[in-house]
Amino acid sequence: MQIRPILAALRRHRLATLLIAMEIALACAVLCNACFLVVQRWKLIQINSGVDESALAVLTVNGFDPSQAADLNARMLTGLRTIPGMQSVTLINQVPFGTQAGAAGISHDPGSFKNTIGVVDFVLGGPGTYQALGLKLVEGRLPQADDYRPATNFAPPDAQVLVSRALADHAWPGESPLGKDFWCDKLHFRVMGVVDHLARAHPHDWGTQATEWTVFTPTLPGGSLAGTYLLRADPHDLPRVLHNARDAVAKIAPDVVLDQENSQTVSDLRTTYFESDRIMINLLLGVIVTLLGVTALGIVGLASFWVQQRRRQIGIRRAIGATRGDILRYFQIENFLIVSGGIVLGMALAFGLNLLLMQHYELPRLPVHYLPIGALTLWGLGQLAVLGPALRAAAVPPVVATRSV
Amino acid sequence: MFTYYLNLALRSLKRNKVLTALMVVAIAVGIGASMTTLTVVHLLSGDPIPGKSSVLYFPQLDPENPARADHAEPYAMMDYRSAVDLWSAHRADRQAILTSSSVKVRAAETGRPPLMLGLLSTSADFFPMFQVPFQYGSGWSAEDDARHARVVVISHDLNDKLFGGANSVGRSLRVRDTDVRIVGVLKPWRPTPLFYDPWPQNFSKTEDVFAPFTSSMEINEGNFLPYTCWHVPEDTHHLQNADCVWVWLWAELDSPAKAAAYARFVGDYADQQKASGRFATGREHVRMRDVMTMLTARGMVPGDVRLQAWLASAFLAICLFNAVGLLLAKFLRRSGEIGVRRALGASRRAIFAQCLVEAGVIGLLGGFFGWLLTLAGLWLVRQQPVDYAHLAHLDTGMFLATFVMAIAASLLAGVIPALRASRVVPAWQLKAL
Repeated sequence: MQIRPILAALRRHRLATLLIAMEIALACAVLCNACFLVVQRWKLIQINSGVDESALAVLTVNGFDPSQAADLNARMLTGLRTIPGMQSVTLINQVPFGTQAGAAGISHDPGSFKNTIGVVDFVLGGPGTYQALGLKLVEGRLPQADDYRPATNFAPPDAQVLVSRALADHAWPGESPLGKDFWCDKLHFRVMGVVDHLARAHPHDWGTQATEWTVFTPTLPGGSLAGTYLLRADPHDLPRVLHNARDAVAKIAPDVVLDQENSQTVSDLRTTYFESDRIMINLLLGVIVTLLGVTALGIVGLASFWVQQRRRQIGIRRAIGATRGDILRYFQIENFLIVSGGIVLGMALAFGLNLLLMQHYELPRLPVHYLPIGALTLWGLGQLAVLGPALRAAAVPPVVATRSV
Repeated sequence: MFTYYLNLALRSLKRNKVLTALMVVAIAVGIGASMTTLTVVHLLSGDPIPGKSSVLYFPQLDPENPARADHAEPYAMMDYRSAVDLWSAHRADRQAILTSSSVKVRAAETGRPPLMLGLLSTSADFFPMFQVPFQYGSGWSAEDDARHARVVVISHDLNDKLFGGANSVGRSLRVRDTDVRIVGVLKPWRPTPLFYDPWPQNFSKTEDVFAPFTSSMEINEGNFLPYTCWHVPEDTHHLQNADCVWVWLWAELDSPAKAAAYARFVGDYADQQKASGRFATGREHVRMRDVMTMLTARGMVPGDVRLQAWLASAFLAICLFNAVGLLLAKFLRRSGEIGVRRALGASRRAIFAQCLVEAGVIGLLGGFFGWLLTLAGLWLVRQQPVDYAHLAHLDTGMFLATFVMAIAASLLAGVIPALRASRVVPAWQLKAL
């Protein structure tokens, strides 16, 4: 099949060709970026929190004075531990996807924020919390009994801590983090171990690099570690155990107020936390599908028009020897050429749109492999859309040539 | 002439139902998607207090010392001392000092379990400044502020919850460990967006309890949230002297001259603090924005919503290209008919007008279906668990905008094809007949 006659014919329909090519180009740009956004969100949702989510729940109470903290903790721990099926109740200040309790900037030097590392989440945990969370130690040692220090401020003033591997790699790239010191203003911390994963409470809020910048700080109950409890139970039993625990609060401590929003299983907290991302993914997928649909409709509409307009010419070609296959291929190649033109323009547009998105959102550069995927999709779509009108063209009988109109 | 074109347009639309349907669907889908997202953006970025937004100012200064190198903008809030100094100078027509926290509330007489509620600690001018509507009673007086009076104003919601909606003025509440007297009950009040709080915890609710700033400093001491600190506070329960920002101000200034004078006053204050060594920066880090400027600077519209609006616009553009292509096909298919009309004396202008009327009719139909799709889209938004969901309704302005946009889009899409059609050479078409 020769391409030149097709190009010559397209030159007679410059405007329509240009319109379809522009539509394809825009579709290509939006398609590539929308797919990229979907993949980005999907990765975000898949974040490894590092804790045994299915076996954990958190229970939070408010409305007590700091002076009552020690007494409240003692009553809550004893009371909640009597609930059948409860494997452990320990103190924690925040869990992944729950209310954020202790985010603070840390630095390599004391007292200043000159040599900063970044803003990290301090996860304070009482005795047994490390085990209950199910964290995985990859380097260093576990906290011993005398590592647990009291905290009157938001963290103990001088503590041995565990950091996540992500934070260790960020703060001390290429070095062993063990024994390294860091400061939050005047508070001093020394790294005793590294855990594989531990997500911060709101992994979204701090950028994709910092989702796991966390410091697990062994802390004695009381002071600022009060009112939030980590419950562990068998995953099948957990909803009932949590329900019983929530009911038990009224008896254990009648004067405090249960924080409904932050007294849930960690799995539920996770679902709620990522709800908007799931909606966004569905929305983007919806946009992609509708977009492809609208583009296909445009191609069908214009191709049908061209087929009808050229009935006579098709008849003449058929009369002088062209096969049905020839006519079919003519329209298919024509579509391929137009779509290709659109794709070339679309790739440039896709990168432009990506640059724009990068300015306004924290989004990495569009990986190059999205472009061939987008191109293949649009070529496929174009061929599919043009098939109907092209078959109709191929069915035009040669006798049309002998009739006027 | 117009009715004749309308008649022609309807006839032509009926002639090829599939093509007409394709065009209407393309425009409707584009309009539906973009109007849904634009309505959300419009709601989230609208003027929360029309008529007063240009006289309400939000002063900011930068108490951080030593200053961070990358600190180009001051924090949205102030430290306690600066806020109280500026507020008690009373240099504005009206001024309110504010901070938000949560507090335990009990109503002894109702026998309900205690509740944790949002407490807005503010001053007497808050209510007239922000035109807060009252159901019963009124706000407190400047004298109450000075006396540290144990009075509160409660929200409509809380009054419903505790007192079944009855007039509760004069009754008492236990706020943390202090008995306070209710002096006012609000009507339902929900400025959109929640502009008076520079750091809103959520989009959906105002505080339930409003108390004089001076008295709530005593009542709820130790429970105030240090939003941001540049030094770890010695005592997290007493933030008055801490290096933290957690209090903010609003000033009402009736004329630009007064606003300029007030900005000068805040600038002088910052310079003075810098000279005394308390601040690291002076007036160069002072900002004073009115409501809309402040909302724009803060970026009120969530990133996801803006992204959706971008997507919807791209989507509308694609639908428009589609419509242009289809209209072109439709008009040129009738070249023969157009040739006859031209030969019979119709001017190019007349052909052009006729084609545009047809495009407009398609736009009207597309607008109608687009409006239905917008309603469906907003219904979907309301089903989402996002905190602005309940706001997603189509107001009259956006309703009209839907149709204006649909017709404008289709006319825009119709211009090129109509121009093309009006340039049809009658002789060729007649020959082809």
